[in-house]
Order: sequence, then C-alpha cells, then structure tokens
Amino acid sequence: MEGKQGSTKANYELEKRKYVIGGAAVVIIIVYLLRLFTLQLLSEDFKMSADSNAFLKRIQYPARGAISDRNGKLLVYNQPAYDVMVIMIEQIGVDTLDLCESLDITRDWYEHRMEEIKDRKRNPGYSSYTQQLFMSQLSTEEFSRFQEKLFRFPGFYIRKRSIRQYNYPNGAHLLGDVGEVGPEDIEADNYYRSGDYIGKLGVERSYETVLRGEKGMEILLRDARGRIKGRYQSGKFDIAPIPGRNLTMSIDIELQALGERLMKGKLGSIVAIEPSTGEVLCMVSSPTYDPRIMIGRQRGKSQKLLAQDPHKPLLNRAIMGQYPPGSTFKTSQALTFLQEGIITPGTAYPCSHGFHFRGLKVGCHGHGSPLPLIPAIATSCNGYFCWGLYYMFGNRKKYKTVQDAMTTWKDYMVSMGFGYKLGIDLPGEKRGMIPNAPFYDKAYRGSWSGLTVISISIGQGEVNLTPLQIANLGATIANRGYYIIPHVIKEVQGMPLDTLYTKKHYTRVQRNYYETVVTGMRQAVLGGTCRIANTSFYEVCGKTGTAQNPHGQDHSVFMGFAPRENPKIAICVYVENGSWGATYGVPIGALMMEQYINGKLSEASQARATVFENKHLYKTNDDLPPAP
Amino acid sequence: MDSKRKKKSPSLFKSLDWLTIFIYMVLLALGWMSVCGASYDYDQAGNIIDFSTRSGMQIVWIGSSLLLAFFILMTDDRLIESLSYIIYICFLGLLFATPFLAHDIKGSMSWIKIGNSSIQPAEFAKFGVALCLAKVMSTYNFDVRKWRDFIICLILIIVPMGLIIMQKETGTALVYSAFFLVLYREGMPGCLLFTAISAVVYFVIGVRFAEEPLWGIEEMSLGHGLVMLLIQVFTIGLIWVYGGKATDDKQRTKVSRQILLYSLVIDVAAILIARFVYPCNAVWAMVFVCGASALYLLYLSMRDRVLPYCLIALFTLGSMGFFYSADFVMNKVMEPHQQMRIRVLLGLEDDPRGAGYNVIQAKIAIGSGGLEGKGFLNGTQTKLKYVPEQDTDFIFCTVGEEEGFIGCAIVLLLFLSLILRLLHLAERQPYTFGRVYGYCVLSIFLFHVFINVGMVLGLTPVIGIPLPFFSYGGSSLWGFTILLFIFLRIDAGRNRLQH
Repeated sequence: MEGKQGSTKANYELEKRKYVIGGAAVVIIIVYLLRLFTLQLLSEDFKMSADSNAFLKRIQYPARGAISDRNGKLLVYNQPAYDVMVIMIEQIGVDTLDLCESLDITRDWYEHRMEEIKDRKRNPGYSSYTQQLFMSQLSTEEFSRFQEKLFRFPGFYIRKRSIRQYNYPNGAHLLGDVGEVGPEDIEADNYYRSGDYIGKLGVERSYETVLRGEKGMEILLRDARGRIKGRYQSGKFDIAPIPGRNLTMSIDIELQALGERLMKGKLGSIVAIEPSTGEVLCMVSSPTYDPRIMIGRQRGKSQKLLAQDPHKPLLNRAIMGQYPPGSTFKTSQALTFLQEGIITPGTAYPCSHGFHFRGLKVGCHGHGSPLPLIPAIATSCNGYFCWGLYYMFGNRKKYKTVQDAMTTWKDYMVSMGFGYKLGIDLPGEKRGMIPNAPFYDKAYRGSWSGLTVISISIGQGEVNLTPLQIANLGATIANRGYYIIPHVIKEVQGMPLDTLYTKKHYTRVQRNYYETVVTGMRQAVLGGTCRIANTSFYEVCGKTGTAQNPHGQDHSVFMGFAPRENPKIAICVYVENGSWGATYGVPIGALMMEQYINGKLSEASQARATVFENKHLYKTNDDLPPAP
Repeated sequence: MDSKRKKKSPSLFKSLDWLTIFIYMVLLALGWMSVCGASYDYDQAGNIIDFSTRSGMQIVWIGSSLLLAFFILMTDDRLIESLSYIIYICFLGLLFATPFLAHDIKGSMSWIKIGNSSIQPAEFAKFGVALCLAKVMSTYNFDVRKWRDFIICLILIIVPMGLIIMQKETGTALVYSAFFLVLYREGMPGCLLFTAISAVVYFVIGVRFAEEPLWGIEEMSLGHGLVMLLIQVFTIGLIWVYGGKATDDKQRTKVSRQILLYSLVIDVAAILIARFVYPCNAVWAMVFVCGASALYLLYLSMRDRVLPYCLIALFTLGSMGFFYSADFVMNKVMEPHQQMRIRVLLGLEDDPRGAGYNVIQAKIAIGSGGLEGKGFLNGTQTKLKYVPEQDTDFIFCTVGEEEGFIGCAIVLLLFLSLILRLLHLAERQPYTFGRVYGYCVLSIFLFHVFINVGMVLGLTPVIGIPLPFFSYGGSSLWGFTILLFIFLRIDAGRNRLQH
C-alpha cells in the first residue's frame, strides 16, 4: 500500500511535467510569432528583394529622333548596335578566358569592368539580379562572332540598341553626338540608368529631351532560373516606349560642307543666317572633325585625341569664340550716332591717315578727307567713327556725364544682340563683351572720357563678339532694324517651334538709318573694301574687318548680306590671323553667298574655292582617326 | 449492471473529440490552399483542381486521408493496442527492406514505388514506434526511471532511427528524438534532458564561433573559449542546485564559491597573458580549470561519500569530451552537404547561390508578404520557384507570402491549440497506454512544427521534414492522419468501463 501511495505521489509530481512540455510549445510559437513580426512587418527590404527577384523590368528603348537638314536631306539616323549585358548572379562559373577572347578584351579590362559594375557609387541602380551593361555597342561583325559562343556564357545577354549614324562628314559641332550617361547625368535626371545614352554636344544635347522619346517598360515574370514565365498581370502595367521626335535643322548641309571646305587649315568660323527667320544656314567652326569618329566604342578614344589637340577642334568657335569684331562693328556705331543725332548722313569728319587728337593716334589708310558717313563705311575710315564716338561721349547737352553717354551707347549695343547670349539652341554659347560705365569707372577709377575708350568705336579694345553675334548684326542690318534669335532647328516633329525663335527683336535704331548703313555697305562692295564680293547676279552688301589682336597677325573678318532687297542670307566669316578682311573674309563670304543663293558655284568660283581650301594658316593635325 | 454499462459507454460519435477534428480539418483546408499557391504554374493557369497538377493530386491525398481516418475510427482501439508489437515489428522489417527496394531520389533511399506513386515507410513508422512505446510503457511495473526499462525504450527508439539514417533520411530520423519528450513526461530524469540540450548548445556555439578569434588573440578560438566558459558556469550552477541535497547548504556554498573564484582567477589571468604578454592559446588554461574542478569534485565525493558531486564531475568531463568529439564529427564524419547546412544555419556561409540560398529566399518570400499577404495565388516568389521545395518542406513560405502575418499567426496558433488540446487529451487518459501514445503524437507534431517553421524562418537547421497537413505528399499526410486518428480512437474509448 505504501508503495502504491508513493507511486501516486510520484505520478502527481510527474503530471506537473505537462506544464514544462506545454510551456515549451507556447514559448516556441511565441518566438516564431515575434520572428514573423520582424520579418513581415518591420522590414521593407524583403518586399524589394522579392520584386527584384520576380519582376524583370525590361526597359524598352524608344528610337531616337532622326535629324535632317533644311532641304530634307537625312543627316543623322539610327543603326543597330549590340550591347553585352550581364546578370551577376547568373554568370558565376563562366570561363573568363574564353569570354575575353570572344569579345577581344583583356583580362584586366574584364576584372576592372566587373568591379565598376558592382560599385554602387558609380552604378547606383546595381542589382545582381538584373541585367547590367557589360560592354556597349558591338559592331555587327563583333556581334555575330560573339553570338555563336553566347550559349557558353550563362548570365551574358545581348541587348539590341540603336546608335547614331551620320550621312555627312560635316556639322560635327552642330549635330553633336551621343554617349553613355555619366554619374552626374544620372544624378541630375532620374530618367537615366547606367548604360543609357545621352546627347553630349550640339543639338543632340540641347534637344535631348525631344530626341530621346520616353522609355517604355515591360514587366515580365522571371523564375528562379531566369526563365521568363509571362507578363505580369498580362502586361497591364507595361508602358510602351514613345519614339523620339524627328528634327529638321535650318542648316543647308551643302553650304555647311562648302564652309568647312573653305575653312580647311584655318582657325575661325563662318556663320550664315536667313535674316527673315533667324534660321542659321550654316555654322562652321574650324578646325572641325568628322562626326562619324564619335560613333560607338571609338568615341572615348576620339574624344581624348580631340581634347588634346592644341587647336581645340571640340570648341565651337562660332558661339564660343569671343573676338574683337574690328571694323564690322562700325556699322553699329553709325546706326547709334545717327539715331542719337550725333551725326546726319551728311556729317563729314576729317581723317588724315587716322584720328589724331591730343596726342592720341588711331591709324587709317589712305582715302579722301574729310568724308561723310557712306564713304566712311565703304572705305572703313577709322577717323570718322573715332570722331563720332568722341562727339557722342563729349556731348554734355545730351548726356550729363560720360557715364550717361556710355550707358546709352551700351543700351544700343545690347539692343543689337551684343553683350549677352543671343539664346541659340546650342549648348555652350558665350556672351561676348560690351563694356559699360561701371566697368570703366573701375578700370580707370572714375577718370575716363570718350578718348580713353575711343577704340571701342572701331570694334577693338574691350569689345568682343562671337561670330554668331556678328552674323546676327548682318541679319539685323539686312532686316533694317530687327532680328530673330538665331536657331539651328527649323522644325520639331509634331511640336510648334518655341516662340523664342519666332519673335522679332527690334533695335533702338529707326529703319531709315539702317537704309543709310546698307547704302554704305553696298558702296563697300561696289568700290570699297569688299570689291571682291561684287557680282552681277545679285546685290551684295558687306563690311570688312581687320581686327588687331595682341597675339599675332590681325584677324580677317567679313560681315555681309545679299541680295540688298529681300535678303536671303546674312553672313559672318572670321578667320583668325588671316590679316586683311579682304584677304580671307571677303572672298570666302562671297563664295558662301553664291553657293546659297545660286544653289551651286560657278566653275570659276569652284576653282577659287579650291585655292582657298588649300591655303593653310597652320599645320593640320593628321593624328585624328579616320572615319569608319 | 448491464444497463448501467450501456449507459456508461456512450456512443463513438459523442465521445469523439470534435474540437481536434475541427482543427485538423481547418489545417487541411489551409494546407490545400498553400499547395495550390506553391505549385501554381503560369503555363497552366486556372487548373488548380486538375488531377495532373500537384494541387489536384493533393485533393486525392486529402480525400483518401479522410477515408483512412474514418476506417480508423471504425476499428476497435483494443484491437490496435493488441497489435502494437506486431505493427512495430512489421515496420522494422519494412524499414530494413526499404533501401533494397527503393529508387534513388535525390540521394534518398526511402521511397518505395507502388504503381504510379511512391510511399515513404519512414513517415508511417512513427505511429508504429509510438504504439510500441505506449504498449511497453503500460506493462505492469514498468518504470522508465529503472535503468533496464529506460534502455528498452532507448532501443525501441534508436533501432528505427538507425534504419532510417541508412536510407539517408537524417531529417526524418531526427524526428524520433521527439520521443524523449515522452520519456521525460513518464519520469526520465530532467537532468538527462538538460544534458541533451546543453550538448546541442555546445555544438552550436562551438561551430558558430570556431573560426573567430577571442578578443583579437589569433591563437584563441572564441567558440572553444565560450564553450569552456559555459561548462564552468554549468558546473558551478549544478553544484548550487544539487549540492544542497548532497551535503548541506553551507558546504555547497563553500565549494561553489571556491570553484568560482579559482576558475575566474585562472581564466582571466590566462586571457590577459595571452593578450598582453605572450600570445598563446589560453583556452587550454580554461580546459585545465574544467578538468581541475572535475577532479576536485571527484575528490570531495570520495571523501564525503556523496554521489551528486561525482555525477557533476562526470557531467563536466563528459561536456568537454562531447565538445571535442563533436568538433571532430563535424569536420570529419559529417557529409559535406550536412556540414554546409549547419554552417549556413549558424551564419558561417552566406553565399546566396550556395546552401544559404534556400534560407535567404525563404525569408524574402515570407518577408514580402507583409501584414495581409499578397492574396491567394498572388505570391510570386514561391510560384516562380525562388523558394526551393516550395510545396513540400518550404510550404510555410507560401503561407507567409500569400496570407501574410495574419495567415501565419492563424496557422501557428492552430498548431499550438492542436498540441495543447492533445496535451489535455493525453492527460485525461485513464490508462498509461493512451497517455503515452498521446504524448508521442503531440511530441511529433511539436517537433515537426518547431523544426520546419524554424528552418523557414532561419532559426533552426535546415532539416528536410514536412509541415504536418501542409506539405504536399501522400505519405506524410497519411502518416500524420493515422498518427492522430489512432489517438482520437483511443481517446473515444476512454470512458469504457474498466474490466
């Protein structure tokens, strides 16, 4: 009996062990619930991991807009290229030696590239589950060689892309090019992902958002082995790509080609504008390069060579070069003096081989003296315009101080489009330089007069203009008093042109004064400095410039337009160190006008063009890679 | 008397525990939904009840399980009881024969092909072992606290385990260790369970930190140091708990303080020397401390003739021996994939393509479910096969992804209520047989839920065992159904008048 009682007691003790077992079960479930709570409710990371697992967001690239010239000739179009993509998580175990051989790359390059891809600082969108750009723009031959072996490289894929192709070797500065986005582009605009293309220069850059279109996206379901299992929700959330818009440039590619030909071996620029519309007909910057060397993978190499060239072929001198305008500037002075009533067309000033006054001397060449305005323009008399400025700045009846006179003068200049960026639709435009009263107050500590700054009246001294601004001056004169901001794009497909490029900007000078200056410019062609430009086919008006510069030989400048009535083209030719305006500027300008107005050059002109093509002012660089 | 007996033996319908059956049914339904979600194929969208798909087949398994349950309830529990030994021996024979009959499926030799489908005897053998254990332990005068009886139990458990390990199904074999919980309930000393758990802890800590240096001393392994420290702490703790019973409280306090002081001084001194004076492996000093403490305890037990000190000394020495042999087993005996699984679990390997891939993908799938989940059949991770074995061992991922935290909590609480209900039913059995069998059932469920959900959540080793009623497959579903319904049948007969 005792034993049985003992065992009952023991059994009672043992029964309490059910609490240990039950308690263990309760504790386990509580721990698991807490774990689930942290996994499912406290962290968003898993959701993102799950999405990047299952959703293959395949970007659909839109076709970039094509670019043609004003006559509909296709300049830039797309051609297929092939990018090699890699999914890091799938490429493990690939025979790298074989891969490098097939792609013709070195082992070092391979390893360096892999590091780059994984570096989240340089490649912010990196995920080991998605396709990353490994190598871009394989040519068709490279692609076909690689594709044969592709099955041996799991994790590597081919993505078909399109790259730019150019029909003409001209207009590199205008057209610009397309390259891979840099980290700063990705930072600035979250449209871009590593490996995307972006316009780098020219209209490719300034019209980037119009040309690129909108990327589309396909959301695909991808299983663990990377196989596509269909579209997510039958493509309900897919976005179709919107193709980029085509651009029509205002450039005449024939004219552009001639300009580049004529500027061979010379530094400088030619800008031609259709005065009535502000459309830029050609914009040559020399030296230039063939845009085709910037296609595909050779872009990097070419870019480096161009950047190292001492003659700076990457610089678009037409809008970035800031030069003294020389005598072409005298037209703007004549207009200012006429409008301000300092002179009348009949006012004559003396010129005895220049402007001599109180020990100051500005030289001039031989011509009759004294002479009124029109012959002064025609013969490009320095003395006349120096006197004009002297009388304007010294006129205390009209202007209380020299500063007031200066400010008035500056306002005229600004109204003609000087001193500020004109606002052309190209990146990198410079504003030039028009001094104002505070500028001189600072430079001369308040003690200055018209004599101190007399050289600005003949386009020297502190005055600097871009060739575009000089051409625009020509266009303004051709229009007799207004200009439309020059632009290189005539038409964007399916979009009205920005009103910025249709609005007339009137200067502060009346139309009738412009007529006087036009007459002077016509006289210059008929019997003055621009005689070479004279032709029997149409009435050319022009003005030469011989701009002194402290670095060497004078710059040769020509500004003109034709025909005199209903002008079709206004032009500026600027040849660095080309000495007299009549040496290079006028003949080149004349050939350009002939090409544009007649649509072709006469035989004699062709011969002359060849002569100029072969006149070289500096040793050309032959290191540049040839176009493919 | 006759009429009274009839009154006292209520009908089967009334004495059945319908609450358990209800939970079973709900779990089956939720399990089927999960299999649908996990085996859904985009190429065959919409055919979740087509018998050629996994979800369609699962309906067949569920239907046949219900039929099976019905037949079990129709039999007599006394018949089942009397057949216990025969069933056990049959299963032993079957388990022994399996490797010879089986086809190799992913390295496992546990599947026997019958017609078009395969069955896994190891899944069914559980109820045979449970019945046998219950039968043995209910014999007259059986007491698991007696060495002889304990060893009989041990043999009954270890033999099928060994046979299953021979089929390369280590995971399923490990399930049988759940029976030790039953032995504990029936009187196995708690310190044995404590010993077993501390063995697991030594192993986990030892392997986890084996490669890391202790306090920047390259010669010393953090894992080894920590384990030695644990052994010292356990030794002192055991003296504190059991020393009082052996001698008196004063003596106990004195001994434990002494050992604490010496251990502390020598450990700290050795580590400081290794750190600042001469870099050496000071773990050996800690090993020395453990050994010296054990010898001292042995000396005390000899001198004062007290057994507990001797046992504690054996525990200490055994711990050290176990730890160093486990180190050896881990590196030399285990198969590479098992080693890898353990190392991944302990955070030593995190190669996402390697063995850790399963655990990472499981966490991603569950974590992406959020509070409410993505909805039935809307999960992406499991369907696109990111989670391996997504409709068998990793089925809980689908619950997590499609039903979210709410669904997971419901499932876990259902399992908890099932286990606690079984605990209650087991305790109300009038006979040892029923109680032991009940504990066997609940221990197996507890072990499966603990390991399976734990591995999916990255908390326990990745041991490939199914989640009851959820994982796809006939064998496991039938196995669990038989296990559960035999107990329900026994429970239904509890009110029968004693003969």
